[in-house]
Amino acid sequence: MAGSSVTVDLSQAMITAHVAAADWLVVAPSLITILGGSLCLMLRKHTSLQPKLGNAFLGLLVLANLALLARVLDHGIITMVMGNWLPPFGIAFTVDTLGATLSLIASIVAFCAGIFGSATVDATGRRYGFYPFLLLLMTGVCGAFLTGDIFNLYVWFEVLLISSYGLLILGNDRIQLDGAVKYGVLNLIGTNLFLIATGLLYGIFGTLNMADIAMKAAALEGAATGTLATVAALYFLAFAMKAAAFPVNFWLPASYHTPNVVVSAVFAGLLTKVGVYALIRVFVLILPESRAYMADVIALVAIATLMTGAIGALAQSEVRRLLGYVVIAGIGAMLAGVAVGSTLAVSGAVFYAVHSIIVMTALYMAAGVMKLIGGSYDLRKLGGLYNKNAAFAAVFLVLAFAVSGLPPFSGFWPKIILVDAAFADGRAWLAAAILLSGFLTTLAMGRVWIFAFWRGGPEGTPDGELATATATEGSASLAGGAIWVPLGILTALVIYFGLQPEWMLELSTQGASGVVEPLGYLRSVFGEQG
Amino acid sequence: MTPALIDDTTLYAVLAPFAAAVVAPFATRWLKHNAAWPLALVPALIFLHFTGFIGPVSHGETFVAAKAWAPSYGVNFSIYIDGLSTLFALLISGIGTFIILYAGGYLKGHPQQGRFFSFLFMFMGAMLGLVLGNNLISLFIFWELTSITSFLLIGFDSLRAASRRAALQALVVTGGGGLALLAGFILIISATGEIEMSVLLASPDIIKDTGLYLPIFILVLGGAFTKSAQFPFHFWLPNAMEAPTPVSAYLHSATMVKAGVYLLMRMHPLLGDTTLWTTVLPLFGGVTLIIGTLLAVRQTDLKLMLAYTTVASLGLLVMLTGTSHEKALEGAVLYLLAHSLFKGALFMVAGTIDHEAGTRDITKLGGLRSAMPITFAAACLAALSMAGLPPFIGFVAKEVLYYGTWGWLELGIPVTITAVVGNALMLVIAAAVAIKPFMGPKVETPKHAHEGPVLLFAGPVFLSVTGLGLALIAHTTGELFVGPTLSSLMGVQTEVDLHLWPTAINAPLILSLITIGLGIVCFTQIDRLRAVVGSVLTSIGWGPDKGFDQAVAGIVAGSGRFTRFAQNGKMQTYMVLTFIFTGIAVLLPGFLTGGLPAMPSLPDYRFYEWGILFIAAIGLFAVLVADTRLTAIVSLGIQGFAVALIFMMFGAPDLSFTQFMVETLSVVILALVMTRLNLLPSDHRPKGAAIFTGIIAGAVGLGLTLTLLAITQAPFDTRLSDFFAQYSRTIAHGRNIVNVIIVDFRGFDTLGEIAVVVLAGLCVLALIRVRTRPDKPIETPPTKPAKPIAEEAH
Repeated sequence: MAGSSVTVDLSQAMITAHVAAADWLVVAPSLITILGGSLCLMLRKHTSLQPKLGNAFLGLLVLANLALLARVLDHGIITMVMGNWLPPFGIAFTVDTLGATLSLIASIVAFCAGIFGSATVDATGRRYGFYPFLLLLMTGVCGAFLTGDIFNLYVWFEVLLISSYGLLILGNDRIQLDGAVKYGVLNLIGTNLFLIATGLLYGIFGTLNMADIAMKAAALEGAATGTLATVAALYFLAFAMKAAAFPVNFWLPASYHTPNVVVSAVFAGLLTKVGVYALIRVFVLILPESRAYMADVIALVAIATLMTGAIGALAQSEVRRLLGYVVIAGIGAMLAGVAVGSTLAVSGAVFYAVHSIIVMTALYMAAGVMKLIGGSYDLRKLGGLYNKNAAFAAVFLVLAFAVSGLPPFSGFWPKIILVDAAFADGRAWLAAAILLSGFLTTLAMGRVWIFAFWRGGPEGTPDGELATATATEGSASLAGGAIWVPLGILTALVIYFGLQPEWMLELSTQGASGVVEPLGYLRSVFGEQG
Repeated sequence: MTPALIDDTTLYAVLAPFAAAVVAPFATRWLKHNAAWPLALVPALIFLHFTGFIGPVSHGETFVAAKAWAPSYGVNFSIYIDGLSTLFALLISGIGTFIILYAGGYLKGHPQQGRFFSFLFMFMGAMLGLVLGNNLISLFIFWELTSITSFLLIGFDSLRAASRRAALQALVVTGGGGLALLAGFILIISATGEIEMSVLLASPDIIKDTGLYLPIFILVLGGAFTKSAQFPFHFWLPNAMEAPTPVSAYLHSATMVKAGVYLLMRMHPLLGDTTLWTTVLPLFGGVTLIIGTLLAVRQTDLKLMLAYTTVASLGLLVMLTGTSHEKALEGAVLYLLAHSLFKGALFMVAGTIDHEAGTRDITKLGGLRSAMPITFAAACLAALSMAGLPPFIGFVAKEVLYYGTWGWLELGIPVTITAVVGNALMLVIAAAVAIKPFMGPKVETPKHAHEGPVLLFAGPVFLSVTGLGLALIAHTTGELFVGPTLSSLMGVQTEVDLHLWPTAINAPLILSLITIGLGIVCFTQIDRLRAVVGSVLTSIGWGPDKGFDQAVAGIVAGSGRFTRFAQNGKMQTYMVLTFIFTGIAVLLPGFLTGGLPAMPSLPDYRFYEWGILFIAAIGLFAVLVADTRLTAIVSLGIQGFAVALIFMMFGAPDLSFTQFMVETLSVVILALVMTRLNLLPSDHRPKGAAIFTGIIAGAVGLGLTLTLLAITQAPFDTRLSDFFAQYSRTIAHGRNIVNVIIVDFRGFDTLGEIAVVVLAGLCVLALIRVRTRPDKPIETPPTKPAKPIAEEAH
């Protein structure tokens, strides 16, 4: 300390206690993905090495998230401040059940996508960064789920946006670039609104730590509550754009059908859910009064999103576009949970997010398989898949029923919880919209099943006949395990969470109560005086 | 009486069919169609298990068994055994045994026979879980599973368009009803706080007392009416006849379609005996009964005739359940039992005829009695029961139900007349089904007809003989099956005294005679009747079945129109809408909450400060009036430089420097890009559009300004800046606070931003270097849809 004449009392500025070794798990997801991403980037010319390396790191990420969740379940919420600065001065990562659960599920999905990608992403795609983009996308996703600092959350949103943009343009097809422009510009506006809102929020509270803001917001009174309402509205708009809620969902249908199908799978699973997560974190944990104030608006947006998604899905004859709208319908269901805001409702939204992450990724993968063995994404050109591959048909059927919210699959439980919570809150219309949207989704998915699987062949195949195979049957076996293993894992999870929902019910309930009653969260950051 | 807790054996009995569903394909691969024999043991054993409950249940005992399933949400896999559920469980497993055998013979040699067994077993398990279900949620899960398995079974012959359509139709109608039921159940759970049926039944008024009786009633009826094919949702059931006959016999006559009736009966103590109940149910049931029988008369296809009478019978059951009158309910229970037996048998007979003769059109059939004597005998026994003639269970049922309806004070007369007409027409169909194919001269059929194998006739024979047997021991039947079931419906222990032969000449007997007479008259005139019904239907020209197609087509077309409107593919629309919502977000809350800032006083600026502001304003003005895009870009740069100067004056040289760099680079890069882009040099939007976007931009700007003013008018909490200033040098060893913030206090943000820069570089690389190749396997863009359904139709 040359030159400093005063002795500094470190305990006034820094956490002096050592971080328990196991608590380093908090930063493990960020470390693994950044290191892995950089390594893959440096070795990007070794295209055959890329999948091995990328998947190894993604596998490691799953393990780290698993250990992190176990740690949180064991020891309660963990806070770690970067640089050991006392909160709220440093950037805090505060990991609760909500964040850890979503982080784990997201990494499982990314791992599956990594494996799937080793079959569907060609050498050019690998060379120009599929695995680095995917790994750094996960830096953004996991960082967003784990951070306890609202500006840091913005940073992870940026990482997520730019890496997803990279994935979106891989391949450089004309249609991809058209989708990418719309995706990029609209999402950039959303991210900028997030940044503006965060700047304004900092202006009101003078702090960026989520727990700190939550405490100050609870104590806020007078005219400032009105200003806070504007900031909350901006946040809602920004996150609604990210989550693709109606009427700011344009970017999703414009882009999800354009990239490599595995990229669509990752997007459908993860991107929108991060937006929903941010809504839960900001509106339920940090600004509960703004949430209550805006509840009717959120409910209205939820209903509109539920219906647009389902209606849009019905209108499509291209499987990937159809699935894009199904993603949107699911967002509506999660927003319903935010609109109601009770522990039950938020737990429903969390469970739904988990379900949606898994099932939407799996469905896009299934769409890829449909293309592989059926030769098209177009319902008018598909047919006979039921007779071609019964096991795949079974997988698709499970996923279709799951996404429609039919039992005994993963979509059923969050649906009944959300309907229950909406009724309990006196929002019968919201409950009705959730059910109606599920009904229309059933119809949309039923159409896919009937045309692509049951019908003997493409449109125009004579009734009662099986068209002679048009697509090469061999192409699916070429892909082999890299296609079937990830699809199998995700489908197994869909069935598992359907038949044995208890574990996920407990996690989502604990996650929800952690944000609805944030005392534990605040104490984790500020100790007992919080 | 509180139900006794029993061990888990019965729970496993419910799950056993699911295990059989897993085994079935393998067994079928190994044993071919003869796998039916060992597989049929599963339902047979389940049947045996449930016979053990007959005795105790008839003494008024009830049982529950439960396993925790999703305890966090109060969901158990629990069952409730009383008279009603025992009767249904016996029907499901008993008839199921013969259906499995029948399916073994019927689909002999079919490549997907194993899969078929699987679906049947899954259905069986679901149906058992439904009728035994105690926990409302697990009951609902099994309810939906029956819809799903029904979907798979109706579409079993998936290459035919009619099968596919019928399957989707059934799924949509019953699935839609299922959602209503789910809403109803959730309302019950949240209004009463109870989730177990047995607990609810213990306090019969619990739902009526909640004040939510009406919505619950409507929602539960939505589920029951769709499942049990009540008018106007009846149309899916005849279409479901596209399924192979074992399915029609099992799901669509004997068991699944009775799930709705089951539910109404199960909830009768909770929801029944209200004015609403005794008005709505008899009305819909009666209409369904009459329409069903009339439509049945019109058909010439054996299966369709039977299907429409099933609709009619379900109508009759709902009508009777709707009376809430003890004797009529007793008639309903008896009729339910009788119907399952005779209709199951008749469907199998129809299937056997189809299988052996190659057609099931009664106008192309005749004289089969000598070729298929056993089938003929079974058909006769079942048809006599259906016709309601002694000494069959159908007769006993009819006597009791007439007794009930005749004695019902409220609406007894119209209900009785409806029942008489319906039953008379039912007799007509029964006669037509049993007589036409077998009697008369031999007609040449597509296949040379002969008696089916034992697998095919075991079921019809056994079921039709049971129909006779149960009538002969009518008193015991009443004691063991009807009484306990009626007790469940009444909610109190109720004794039933049944006898086969009427003890006196009374109203029911006379009504029976009228029914038979009317039936015989109609049968002699069946061709004329068929023509009349046919011409009436043709003149109406529209029915719910057609309506279904129109509705689906309408929904799909409407969805297309809406989606093309909401997602028109134009970036400009998206941007305008996005900024409209931004404007609303920044303006509206301020006005609503009064969070607007106080009017700021004119600041005391020095002249050069005013000067810089003026330059910035000039820059903006120049952007607006610029002729060409290039001028606009440069003008925007002027405004940017002015902002940089402001930063400089307020003591932020680093920020100012960054701003200068950013502005310079943006102007240069944008100008470069403009020269490469194939754009018009200037913006040629009409005045109106420019003003419109101007207003939006102004609103967003105004809103943000007001918010910023409001925030800056409040005192700012400088805790963070103070902390950074205090410890930047002493602990973090840096004099430049901004640098320390970037690399230490908030170093993790910087790490993220570095990642962003790297990724951006990689994106640019990928954009520049990758050339599209035409032969990529998976990412070729989809062909343009015939109708421009959504985006990118360029």
